[in-house]
Amino acid sequence: MSTRQFGERVQRREDPRLLTGNGRYVDDLGRGALHAAFVRSPHAHARITDIDIADAWELAGVEAIYTWEDLDGRVADPLPVLIPHPAMTHARTGHCLAKDAVNHVGEAVVMVVARDRYVAEDACARITVTYESLPAVVGVDRAREGAHLVHDDVPGNVAANLRQEVGDVDAALAAAPNTLTLELAIERSACMPMEGKGVYARWDADEGSLRLFSSTQTSTGVRAAVAAKLGMPLAKVEVVTPDVGGGFGVKIVHPWPEEVLVPWAARALGRDVKWTEDRREHFVSSAHERGQLQEVTVGFDDDGRLLALDVRFWHDNGAYTPYGIIVPIITATQLLGPYKPGAYRVEFWSLYTNTVIVTPYRGAGRPQGCYAMERTMDAIAAHLGLDRAEVRSRNFIQPDEMPYDQGLMFQDGRPLKYDSGDFPASLAKLKDLVGWDDFAAYRAQAEREGRRVGLGIGCYVEGTGVGPYEGGHVQVETSGRVNVATGLTTQGQGHQTILAQIVADELGVPIEDVHVTTGDTRRMAYAVGTFASRGAVMSGNAVALASRVVRAKALRIAAEALEVSADDLEISDGVISVKGAPGTSIDLKTVAVLSNPLRYAFDTSAQAATQFAGTFDPDKPPVADDDEPGLEGQDFYSPTQATFANGMHAAIVETDPVTAEIRILRYCVVHDCGVMVNPLIVEGQVHGGVAQGVGGALYERMVYDEGGQLLNASFMDFLIPYASEVPTVETDHLETPSPLNPLGIKGAGEAGTIPVSAVIASAIEDAEGLTIRSMPISPAELWELRRQHSPDPVTAQEGPR
Amino acid sequence: MKPAPFVHHAPRTVDEAVSVLGEVGHDGKVLAGGQSLIPVLNMRLASPGHLVDINGVAGLGAVDITPEHVRVGALVRHAGLERHGGAAAALPLLRQAVRNVAHPAIRTRGTTVGSIAHADPAGEMPSVAVLTGATVEVVGPSGPREIPAADFFTGPLETTLAPDELVVAVRFGRLPAGTRTWFTESARRSGDYALAGVALVVTLDGDAVAAARASFVSVTPVPDVLDLTDLLAGRTVGDLPLDAVAEAVRAHVDPESDIHASADYRRMLAAELTRRALAACTTDHTEGAA
Repeated sequence: MSTRQFGERVQRREDPRLLTGNGRYVDDLGRGALHAAFVRSPHAHARITDIDIADAWELAGVEAIYTWEDLDGRVADPLPVLIPHPAMTHARTGHCLAKDAVNHVGEAVVMVVARDRYVAEDACARITVTYESLPAVVGVDRAREGAHLVHDDVPGNVAANLRQEVGDVDAALAAAPNTLTLELAIERSACMPMEGKGVYARWDADEGSLRLFSSTQTSTGVRAAVAAKLGMPLAKVEVVTPDVGGGFGVKIVHPWPEEVLVPWAARALGRDVKWTEDRREHFVSSAHERGQLQEVTVGFDDDGRLLALDVRFWHDNGAYTPYGIIVPIITATQLLGPYKPGAYRVEFWSLYTNTVIVTPYRGAGRPQGCYAMERTMDAIAAHLGLDRAEVRSRNFIQPDEMPYDQGLMFQDGRPLKYDSGDFPASLAKLKDLVGWDDFAAYRAQAEREGRRVGLGIGCYVEGTGVGPYEGGHVQVETSGRVNVATGLTTQGQGHQTILAQIVADELGVPIEDVHVTTGDTRRMAYAVGTFASRGAVMSGNAVALASRVVRAKALRIAAEALEVSADDLEISDGVISVKGAPGTSIDLKTVAVLSNPLRYAFDTSAQAATQFAGTFDPDKPPVADDDEPGLEGQDFYSPTQATFANGMHAAIVETDPVTAEIRILRYCVVHDCGVMVNPLIVEGQVHGGVAQGVGGALYERMVYDEGGQLLNASFMDFLIPYASEVPTVETDHLETPSPLNPLGIKGAGEAGTIPVSAVIASAIEDAEGLTIRSMPISPAELWELRRQHSPDPVTAQEGPR
Repeated sequence: MKPAPFVHHAPRTVDEAVSVLGEVGHDGKVLAGGQSLIPVLNMRLASPGHLVDINGVAGLGAVDITPEHVRVGALVRHAGLERHGGAAAALPLLRQAVRNVAHPAIRTRGTTVGSIAHADPAGEMPSVAVLTGATVEVVGPSGPREIPAADFFTGPLETTLAPDELVVAVRFGRLPAGTRTWFTESARRSGDYALAGVALVVTLDGDAVAAARASFVSVTPVPDVLDLTDLLAGRTVGDLPLDAVAEAVRAHVDPESDIHASADYRRMLAAELTRRALAACTTDHTEGAA
């Protein structure tokens, strides 16, 4: 019997390679290629009046210098609006190189191609761009005022205004016995993958074809976009995604200007060209997320049950909207979490600012929504003097109410309908794990020791695995090797492991025989991409379906060879045998030989498939009308809607009574992503998510000054938590299968990140007895909050003792 | 993030290094561990035409211990000093402080003398240098000279070192018997530049304080010494006027606000760290005796 792989804690198969330095990233490729570098705008908002490149041309090793004037065809057009939406009345995108004006610091203005990156940067330093400075719009407040405009033809800086309402909010609020209004703020952060973006283009002048390597989350997307921009037949463009050192959302945006310009230059010069983004470029010319101002008005009864929720928020979308309004739509819809809001109205304004564009970052609008909802839950509990977990519990959707339709349209244009989940059970597990009911005693003990501790909680629901589809292709070679391809890309999540687990079980082969390829358009031309926690749901189910196609074919061929019924056969460890009669068997690899009638025997095993081997019925064609040669198959998984995972986190924090330093003592997670393919990998995903969440809650922010300069564009001043700042994450699972897909799985990729700011705010508030309305929070800010709240300024300066 | 072109010089002797520095003048920079210099070059915040790489210079890698001093050569890495048992025994403050310098990878390459020559107000070792009355040994075109640490630092990233001079060693002064030391700092993340830090030296006579001095990290424009002896002399351990000490620290330090913390916060932090250091230093024997 094969050992069942599905559901097991299988060690990540990719790790030995990655951990021994044998990963193969874009920058590892293209030795001998020319290197690109960019002159980027030092101004947040300015008109370009002159570009002087003469000095740069003097430099030995410079091969080309391009400005917008040099671009041709569709390369000179604005970049595409990837996800149009009717509410986005004023979508604006930039050009590959700035045309007349720049709208944020870091926007590319001139491209230099040179012998190496050193020379390219030397040339950039010699290029003089003359600007006429314009007033910069920085921050939601300035954008909302509209005194200055980012784009002249966008009134009020409003890219989009969208309102959804379920029920009669005004009437429900008027009738509510209690109402509260909260004004909330959450800062900008960013994905910050360890590997920035990277593009390497090989132009084959003989074939007129392009092979593009990109550090992307969507190779098929890049392929289609680049072919369209360069006016090339799709058949002449291949996009390969080698190892990718993290994405977290920023690399789903495409085509980045560099993804168009690098292949365009390679074709123009007839040379290989590559570009590797450096960290400073990543800070100022990739993407950020999170920044919102929110206003929540809630009506509730005396038991803390929601009667009406009225939410307005202002979302900073940066200078352009290539990715549409996905982030604020997700905030608006996923804000509801596991709760029944009563009447619900949400309205947002997506606003332009002269800052880096805002596109999804792990969580993608959910951390902001969760923060708004969970701050509100804590405020209700405080108002009524109720236990915070109890207030949440009273508002839960109950298991017998599933599937539950929130009555809203989700980010995929489909209903926001939860497929499954057991929120009361999750909360019970969480309270157990963190010791919710014993916390009062824990706090009392800490107080006796002069310590200050607090307990926080946060719940979320995450729509995962959105469509439209992903595909799987499974092929059994005559050696027994099983090749699996799926088109979505991998950034280190463990797809090579979990997809192999699924195929090994479905096909009945040892996992060692299964080899997975992702994100290579040569192997799978139809795919969408890796985002929205969809890898396992979409490609997991797709490769399972494809495996079933192959399995059926293998059994049919084996049944003929063994002269038994296919129904009586089973596959285990790569051997097909008659159930109950293991002696009557045929190897899967032999079936692979038989599946492909041959004229020429390339090895001894292949002889069995040649014309004189006597294995075929002479009255039938070697390949039947409805059949194809080879033991391989393909299938696609396309769901009607997203599947909704959920989770609940709790944390115990300690704050220093004097210095206001904040330490997370315990961090507990109860996580429900349906059936788990591999709990080890799910936990790894959750831990990584929590780490990024801790960054967003306590450390990371993009600090822009009023002129639109990013003041902390380095890892010295943009504080990603180190391992030393990330707490040990205690995890417990609940497995509520999704009824929507064959494997019953839900996505897990973003989950860990979503509630962390809400949880930490809740815990600090509990420790301090202060109201937290803005995140992230640093020790200096907490100390300042204490000063503001203290009736006695002397005591405040000393800190309460 | 690639540096502008520069000429790389690899002298084998101190005289050769000084001679090259004399030739290139203000257009030259000394490269030792490179942990501050290389990022500055890569970000093109500076583009010196010449790097004088002293890593091949003989005779700069030793830690020497005499009854009066711990002498640290210009090529001693932070990690080497951290691991040096003799140095830790002779002057425990060195190890107490140097383990707070950044992260292990940086300490493996970065040099203690280099960080003193760099004169970053956020550096740990400049504070230790002034607190121990160190002497900076310099060689220039006209030969060697010695600069007391108190006269060495003139401003953030500024020293009295001339462009044609090389720091070859720093002699940290050993402390009298009965002296306890402490070093503590607080950073946003472990290993980051401190928001505030304090190095403390307390000499005891029995249970009573005979002398006490402190110096600070990140809260004074140049490292200087706050003498606490007047406040503490004669007071017994366990009955120290901690509030008065904290007040003296608040009056002494002159921090600046930045994106990580306000000046007020840093002032409070420096005072509180000193209060805690003093309490720990006078009650906990283990650290100071390491």
